[in-house]
Amino acid sequence: MSRLKDIVVAALGKDVKPDDTLSPASVISLFIPREQFAEATKALKNEYALLAAEWATDETSFSRGFGIYACFRKEMEYLIVRTSAPVDDPTFPSLTKKFAAAFRFERQIQSLMGVTAIGNPDSRPWIKHEDWPADAWPLRKSFDASKPLPRVPGEYQWIRVKGEGIYEIPVGPVHAGIIEPGHFRFQAMGEDVINLEEKLGYVHKGIEKRFESLSWHEASRLAGRVSGDSTVAHSLAYCRAVEALTGSPVPDRAMWLRALFLERERIANHLGDLGAICNDVAFAFLLYQFSRLREIVLRANLKLFGHRLLMDRVVPGGVAANIDAAGIQAIHQELDWLAREFERLVLIYDENSSVEDRVRDTGVLKPEQARDLCVVGYVARASGLNLDCRIHQPFPPYDRISVNVPVLVSGDVHARAWVRVEEVRESMRIIREVLNTLPEGGIMNPLSDPGPDRAGFAAVEGWRGETLYWVQSGPKGEINRCMVRDPSSLNWLGLEQCIHGNIVPDFPVCNKSFNQSYSGHDL
Amino acid sequence: MIRILKQIFRTGIVTEPLAPVADHEIERVGAELSKVIKQRFRGSLAIRQVDAGSCNGCELEIHAINNPLYNCERFGIQFTASPRFADLLLVTGPVSHNMEIALRRTYDATPTPKLVIALGDCGCNGGVFGESYASIGPVSKVIPVDACIPGCPPTPAAILLGILKLIT
Ligand code: SF4
Repeated sequence: MSRLKDIVVAALGKDVKPDDTLSPASVISLFIPREQFAEATKALKNEYALLAAEWATDETSFSRGFGIYACFRKEMEYLIVRTSAPVDDPTFPSLTKKFAAAFRFERQIQSLMGVTAIGNPDSRPWIKHEDWPADAWPLRKSFDASKPLPRVPGEYQWIRVKGEGIYEIPVGPVHAGIIEPGHFRFQAMGEDVINLEEKLGYVHKGIEKRFESLSWHEASRLAGRVSGDSTVAHSLAYCRAVEALTGSPVPDRAMWLRALFLERERIANHLGDLGAICNDVAFAFLLYQFSRLREIVLRANLKLFGHRLLMDRVVPGGVAANIDAAGIQAIHQELDWLAREFERLVLIYDENSSVEDRVRDTGVLKPEQARDLCVVGYVARASGLNLDCRIHQPFPPYDRISVNVPVLVSGDVHARAWVRVEEVRESMRIIREVLNTLPEGGIMNPLSDPGPDRAGFAAVEGWRGETLYWVQSGPKGEINRCMVRDPSSLNWLGLEQCIHGNIVPDFPVCNKSFNQSYSGHDL
Repeated sequence: MIRILKQIFRTGIVTEPLAPVADHEIERVGAELSKVIKQRFRGSLAIRQVDAGSCNGCELEIHAINNPLYNCERFGIQFTASPRFADLLLVTGPVSHNMEIALRRTYDATPTPKLVIALGDCGCNGGVFGESYASIGPVSKVIPVDACIPGCPPTPAAILLGILKLIT
């Protein structure tokens, strides 16, 4: 029973065919004739579905040309609509008219796969920088990824604002702090920001292409390094997609341990972010206090599970770290201490009027904008969107643990900080519940044979938000394509919009309150 | 305000000798490091960190050496916003094709004598990303490197030790 599917079928009638390559465990998928691709999404838009991802695959090894996919989400459901384009006419109808967020995805598809979205108003390359050869489409199978790219002359066309007193501030790619590289260009008048445009792609490492040269097991290490701060979320989403594709069951205990890792990652990152947000409004005291708590959590990770950030602890078929009774006891004690310390700091944050003055009504992303841009994670929840895959697409053990998500509507820096505060509290509760109910048994199963031309999909709510993976096997059962959609791919759009009407000096704190991943976006 | 003061007193000084993470060796090198920084860098070693394509895991651990438990500033290590007054470049990640030029420019903007550390398995040898159209690989393929700190990511203790080793 799928409402989204019914909507598309009702709109397009018999032209829609079920797509059976996706393994039944993961998500419903429909095949739609190319001409009707945009029409189908119109029907979905009318039903308030949101766009989650759009991507293309090279399916020439199956003699199918290029596959074009769009993934939609509404409440408890995901739906993938798929179409294909022949090699000699690599085009498809753009979805930007209905879903603004599609414009970046489509620029990316054009840049890296060389398949053009007809009707997309922005034809500038994305991730592919101006000095790449125009016909370098790395995701095509015919592209030789082992050779270095030659550089050609070229210039990026920035959006320009003209008028008296308007000036431009270029920032990056190398920023002032210890952060990832990206370029921001402000058009400002006095202190007021008129427009902000991002140019990303600096840390593009060819991750999606690299997946295709790895075995299913090796690839999980790579997934864990798409964005180092979300290593659990990414490796978990990858593993779940592969397990869906191969139909491999995962032991119960491993599922619960995965949730434990995921929640610990959430706590550690939120603690770091809360400190960093306070630091950007010149309240360094809380930076040091919160980073002290974060460090203690990371040290416990190292001691109990062998890695401070929990890299490579989630593997296909299960997990690579276990916990004994003493470890469980240690975490309970840690949480007692952490909860106490955390609440003290939250009170200080809440009562400090100079912090309040800077974080309230700053960097507002309105609920309508959040919906239009299809943002996810705490950015969405701070702007009135009730989205969390732990609730909407629950996988064990979240189907047995009730998760409460905080939803705020003010959409400002404070809301994004406060959602994190609530989530830390909730994660501590979830961890206790996991530890109290942790089932006995093994922690790893072997992976079944993938077989040719299958696909698997998974959505995991990492600390930053919904993390999507879609994997497809090739003719010999190898990785033909691994689509990665970090929450950042959508949320970066939100940052550009929330800055309107703010002053340039508030940009750092707005940016921190979003704290999106460059590496996860650039791939 | 009273809460802030209370919290300050309650927390006390949490900075610890690095003993629990590494061993007494570090404490000794730590003292030596302060000495060397005093002698050779007039009391402060200015580091400019450059992410040349990392997954951001390495950045998290570089941040950690600033937290109150490691508190690298007590040795005179300080992170600067500009390469213009940096003594040392701390470069992470496999160098991505799209960051190559920016990395070279940062290197050129740093006054000589300059030291360069490649941090993390990726910076040392390309790591999981290897060498491809988009990833040039180790930092040493783009700029001269004086020392490597392996690890994925290296722990804060390993980072401090690596810096100490290079400058002593
Ligand atoms: S060494 Fe590891 S943590 Fe550092 S950038 Fe490479 S993959 Fe990320």
